[in-house]
Amino acid sequence: METELGLKPGEIGLGTTLVAVGFDGGVIIGADSRTSMGGAYVVNRVTDKLTYVSDRIYCCRSGSAADTQAVANLVTYYLQLYAIQHGEEPPVRVAAALFQELCYKNKEMLSAGIICAGWDKYAGGSVYGIPIGGSLHKLPYATAGSGSTYLYGYLDTAFRPNMTKEETIELVKTAIALAIGRDGSSGGCIRLAVITEDGVERHFIPGDQVPVLGI
Amino acid sequence: MSSIGTGYDLSVSTYSPDGRVFQVEYAAKAVDNSGTVIGLRVPEGIVLAVEKLVQSKLLVPKSNRSIQTVDTHIGVATAGLLADGRHIVNRARDEAESYRDIYRVPISGKMIADRVGHYVQIYTLYSSVRPFGASAIIGTFDLDGPQLYMIEPSGVYWGYHGCAIGKGKQVAKTEIEKLNLDKLSIVDAVKQAARIIYAVHDEAKDKEFELELSWVTAQNKRHEFVPADLAAEAERLAKESLNEEMEDD
Repeated sequence: METELGLKPGEIGLGTTLVAVGFDGGVIIGADSRTSMGGAYVVNRVTDKLTYVSDRIYCCRSGSAADTQAVANLVTYYLQLYAIQHGEEPPVRVAAALFQELCYKNKEMLSAGIICAGWDKYAGGSVYGIPIGGSLHKLPYATAGSGSTYLYGYLDTAFRPNMTKEETIELVKTAIALAIGRDGSSGGCIRLAVITEDGVERHFIPGDQVPVLGI
Repeated sequence: MSSIGTGYDLSVSTYSPDGRVFQVEYAAKAVDNSGTVIGLRVPEGIVLAVEKLVQSKLLVPKSNRSIQTVDTHIGVATAGLLADGRHIVNRARDEAESYRDIYRVPISGKMIADRVGHYVQIYTLYSSVRPFGASAIIGTFDLDGPQLYMIEPSGVYWGYHGCAIGKGKQVAKTEIEKLNLDKLSIVDAVKQAARIIYAVHDEAKDKEFELELSWVTAQNKRHEFVPADLAAEAERLAKESLNEEMEDD
């Protein structure tokens, strides 16, 4: 039962494809929608792995569904407290630091690979990767989950700095479609979120409209 | 004073019939008797200046600093009882450190003022403690630019463009009001701060003083003492302007 690293027997995992790309004025995050058990049984085929943590910050979850939900709930709570105490929305780097603290301090118990992305008035759009182990990486774009293995080469060639919103949406959508085509643990629909100063715009691409790419 | 002999000024946990807490007002008196401390906020940063009255000629110069660093980007100047001021600064350091531990970013001016303000306020509630006989002027440079706050013994704090506490606060405040703080360069702000401290110093009542000068600049966002050569230059100009004033009279 070895589709995902570090999952306990019978644990529900997010054998996943996650992509986050920064662009001028914000970030675009995307994910497939498959939640599976042991890599064979699909628990949920329309999962939303793009999870709210504050008004302009989302996280993308991979690894154990239970662990990442618990961590995201805690961070959401801390960020609510931050917003009340500071009288303003938290910056993305603070959210990412909180994710890292939880993932690093509890690394022996967790299997969680998280991408934290969003917009704030100081840094604009930003993307942080927090892979298993609890390190923290600020990146122009990030990918995670089992599907990410099929995407590094594509993203490294297709990504350009300062892309437009439309170009970036297309890039993220194509990347996830490619991974769905190759990764057995990714599938279903494509979910996207565009996070800018103006708010969060959600897109949904149903399974029958996911581009079929390659052979 | 109306408070004396009434019995309403004996404890910090007793109100007077007209709703005042006299012990807190006495604490503020301790600050009013101290050497003058000023803070200036200009676009390029913050300047803190202290008229440190020298208690004895036997003291080593630069001892008993009343300007201290709380975090790399935060400076605090205290007026009033020096030991109380140091206690407040210690607490500020703990708050700055714990904030960094949690959020991995330096604490903002507003947040450090808020946290230290809350701490000071606690000491105005219980009969087992006495309020701080010190005020703190906090100068920082955060993501929103230069910030200047002052915390009073009651625990209230306000943000300022320029502020003054201690013996010469009235004169100092009128001098600060004459400055065009939005246009002043940081170097000129240092010179003005030195000039104001020299101008408010009362030679008849207090013999000698040491000028403490520090800044937080936009350039490196660090709190540090003003470099010796600039401090000396500012002090020279301050003495010069003082002499000119005396000749005018």
